[in-house]
Amino acid sequence: MAKKRVMVIGGGLAGLAATMKLAELGIQVDLMSLTPVKRSHSVCAQGGINSVSDLTRQEGDDESKHFDDTVYGGDFLQHQPPVKEMTSWGPKIIDLMDRLGVPFNRTAEGYLDRRRFGGTLYKRTAFAGATTGQQLLYALDEQVRRWEAAGLVTKYEYWDFLGPVQDEAGVCRGCVGQDLVTMEIRTFPADAVIVASGGSGLIFGRSTMSMVCTGSAVSRCFQRGAKYGNAEFVQVHPTAIPGADKLRLMSESARGEGGRVWVPRTPQDQRDPKSIPESERYYFLEERYPKYGNLVPRDIATREIFDICVNEGLSVEKDRQCVYLDLTHISRRELDRKLAGILEIYEKFQGVDPRDVPMKIFPAVHYVMGGLWVDYQRTTAGGLNIESPRTHVTNIPGLYAIGECDYQYHGANRLGANSLLSCIFSGLIVAPAVKSLLESQKGPEPSSLLYESARREHQSRHDALLGRRGGKENPYLIHQELGDVMTRAATVVRRNTQLAGALEKVNELSERAQNCSLSDTGNWTNQNVVFTKALLDMFPLAKSILMGALARDESRGAHFKPDFSMPDLKATDPAERRREAEKWCDWFQENTRQWLRSTIATWDGNNPVLSYEAVDTSLIPPRPRLYGLAGAQIIDEVWKQRSQAQAGAATGPALSGTAAAS
Amino acid sequence: MADHSVKSSNGHPQDFEVRILRQDGPGQGSYWESHRVAYEPDMNVISALQRIAAQARTVDGKGVAPVAWECNCLEEVCGACTMVINGRVRQSCSALIDRLLEDHPGEIVLEPMTKFPVLRDLVVERSRLFRALKRVKAWIPVDGYYELGRGDKQSQAEQEVAYPLSQCMSCGCCLEACPQYAKIEVSPLPGESSEALQQRRDAEFDRGFVGAHAISQAMLFNAHPTGRMNAAERLDALMDEGGLQICGNAQNCVAVCPKQIPLTASIARAGRATTLRMFQRWFDC
Repeated sequence: MAKKRVMVIGGGLAGLAATMKLAELGIQVDLMSLTPVKRSHSVCAQGGINSVSDLTRQEGDDESKHFDDTVYGGDFLQHQPPVKEMTSWGPKIIDLMDRLGVPFNRTAEGYLDRRRFGGTLYKRTAFAGATTGQQLLYALDEQVRRWEAAGLVTKYEYWDFLGPVQDEAGVCRGCVGQDLVTMEIRTFPADAVIVASGGSGLIFGRSTMSMVCTGSAVSRCFQRGAKYGNAEFVQVHPTAIPGADKLRLMSESARGEGGRVWVPRTPQDQRDPKSIPESERYYFLEERYPKYGNLVPRDIATREIFDICVNEGLSVEKDRQCVYLDLTHISRRELDRKLAGILEIYEKFQGVDPRDVPMKIFPAVHYVMGGLWVDYQRTTAGGLNIESPRTHVTNIPGLYAIGECDYQYHGANRLGANSLLSCIFSGLIVAPAVKSLLESQKGPEPSSLLYESARREHQSRHDALLGRRGGKENPYLIHQELGDVMTRAATVVRRNTQLAGALEKVNELSERAQNCSLSDTGNWTNQNVVFTKALLDMFPLAKSILMGALARDESRGAHFKPDFSMPDLKATDPAERRREAEKWCDWFQENTRQWLRSTIATWDGNNPVLSYEAVDTSLIPPRPRLYGLAGAQIIDEVWKQRSQAQAGAATGPALSGTAAAS
Repeated sequence: MADHSVKSSNGHPQDFEVRILRQDGPGQGSYWESHRVAYEPDMNVISALQRIAAQARTVDGKGVAPVAWECNCLEEVCGACTMVINGRVRQSCSALIDRLLEDHPGEIVLEPMTKFPVLRDLVVERSRLFRALKRVKAWIPVDGYYELGRGDKQSQAEQEVAYPLSQCMSCGCCLEACPQYAKIEVSPLPGESSEALQQRRDAEFDRGFVGAHAISQAMLFNAHPTGRMNAAERLDALMDEGGLQICGNAQNCVAVCPKQIPLTASIARAGRATTLRMFQRWFDC
């Protein structure tokens, strides 16, 4: 039998973790990436990586609480066994990264230092200054370089993944790629392909994502039959620095280290912010969410900042929406030690020192919770069977997805510092799964005709694009329009009329994009044609986002539809308030029954088709997500009484109408 | 330039010119081309290049292929967008148009790096950078990725030395500025396979100067509790052909590093360590 080969698409944290682990298992890996892998988008992750630590454990924390925070923060929309497994791996993943040389910040005694992040009450987050993603990525990049030197890894950097190669039975037998320098299109036979291509923020025009985050690799799998889950769940980060080319992230760690969000109580108060007295400042997150304060989960912080600017008119500036994120009360020495990396970004791009002057920030598209649907096999204890070849496989046999481009871990909203964990975790666990697959593979190698016809198909698409004459459309301008439409209709607040309008507009743009003419028709480092292909492949995902959002008539995590949200409790009379709470819980139960399910999009050749999948909530029964809701206490009381009553009456998942073991 | 002095009411120019040194492919001649870009607030060189790509038209109205350039994160952490801007090597994402126009009103000049082969326009071939990291074994040689407990304790002081070195994003600024770092361009032979070309290229790279970035990475790993176990191998690599001895101590590297990495301190440390290593090798013989 020929030597087994695995192709990994993407060299961010997930792709590199998978590559190094596969190499350790003795498997030959080809690694394809649009950029040299050291320049992958993971370098932009700033704040840190979560796990339970020896210290938090003694404060009452344990893996089950990290699991619970992740599921509650994600509004219960993720299958629970993979999340349980991930959070239980947290401490050992941080130990591994420590051994690989990541320069994590240290305590005075020399242990790993931790900071607090949103959506939890424990200081779980390990960090390396404010460039944790960069440092984690470099450690993995170095390990992969070591395997490359040892001959087990071959890198294909500056290569664009054009699509999987599937045999007659639909099984993935490799992929097609294009050299971005010579424009050569060739096929790569592989016994398994692992897509680790990250997010798709460029669908929204400007976001906090890097320029390679077009979603094209995911879309190309989707258009070949891979299912796409929970497309409508897109995280808008509460704090970014607005810019002409990009919205630069201002890490949650700024708040984790004590940063306070506020606006002047007087709209557009022109005074120097430092001269505005405390009594005239509105620390709206601290006032509205006394328990979590500035560290409420991201979807909530984002909506509040949006609301303060858009609905209450309290934006700091008149022509531009923004609020203050203030660190000026913290000593320079402390800030330099823990946040230097991100403060330098602000200073460099805004020309103002945030150690002296409060930063001006506004929300921006940041992360996609949705992604390629992937499978898992649960153990009786509720964790994952890591050895199962089903772990992280898409519905196309032989095609796996890991990292931000899968839909597995974050449900309706991701908690800060959980993505570095999910990326490394999924990368590490996909390796034994793929090894099991390779060991079970039988039968002959596919014929060379299969590869040749796949290559020819992509070659003709490429040639047709280059040869197209007389089209009037400019791909860069269409991309701008797409970004504007998506940002307006499908980010912080969603309304059905706007979503329907946006869908119509995106359909129209998708048609127009077919008439793009290229200003570069050459076959050497042609960035114009590569961008145009990526743009064309944005439409299937953009449509899935809009259709998923339009169909989902509820609010859950990052998906907020005010027309379908339950209001706060208003009554002051205790009996009346109790009745309202009962009604609220009735509504919640009904909404759970109807909507606690994942949206699954499949491609019919022209449009996405939606269906729904039950969520495995068998480990933690769904409960109302009550951060800061008026009446939270009484609702919580009513809910607990009902749960107890139900638990007494029956065994099994309490009150989770759609819970189903997978 | 008179025609660029038109200013809008807020004191900003209405537009500005970007002059770019273009080249269609390796080994071909280069040529200058000018583009006019409408001024917007908060622009950087990247957003100007994005406008130029969308226009695909020179200042004379001639339709041209968009200028090719590299970028990714736009936050100065990925190292992709290095180029020579108004004569200085730097990242184009953090090159703000307002600042550039203050220093040099009306015009911005963009050139590709000169120490690496041009692939097209502002895109250069920098695989030699990563090859150098292999030469100095810039990694921690761990036993494996199974659960083996935590790493060694490290003091805050040690972390504060390691962290700045670990921020090196392989952008190549230090190499562009280095008088000792000479360009190596290996052209394909007729009928040569890409693997054979790569092998020939790597062999050439391995004879050339490793550069400040790789010396500094060797020092980073030699200071790590586990990395230190292979310190001698890294020092031997630095004492080989194209190693530390090529450094002429011009100190340009540290001056242009966008991350302010103390490269010259690393070079000095490497000098001391290799001297000790040389004595050790004599006694070992």
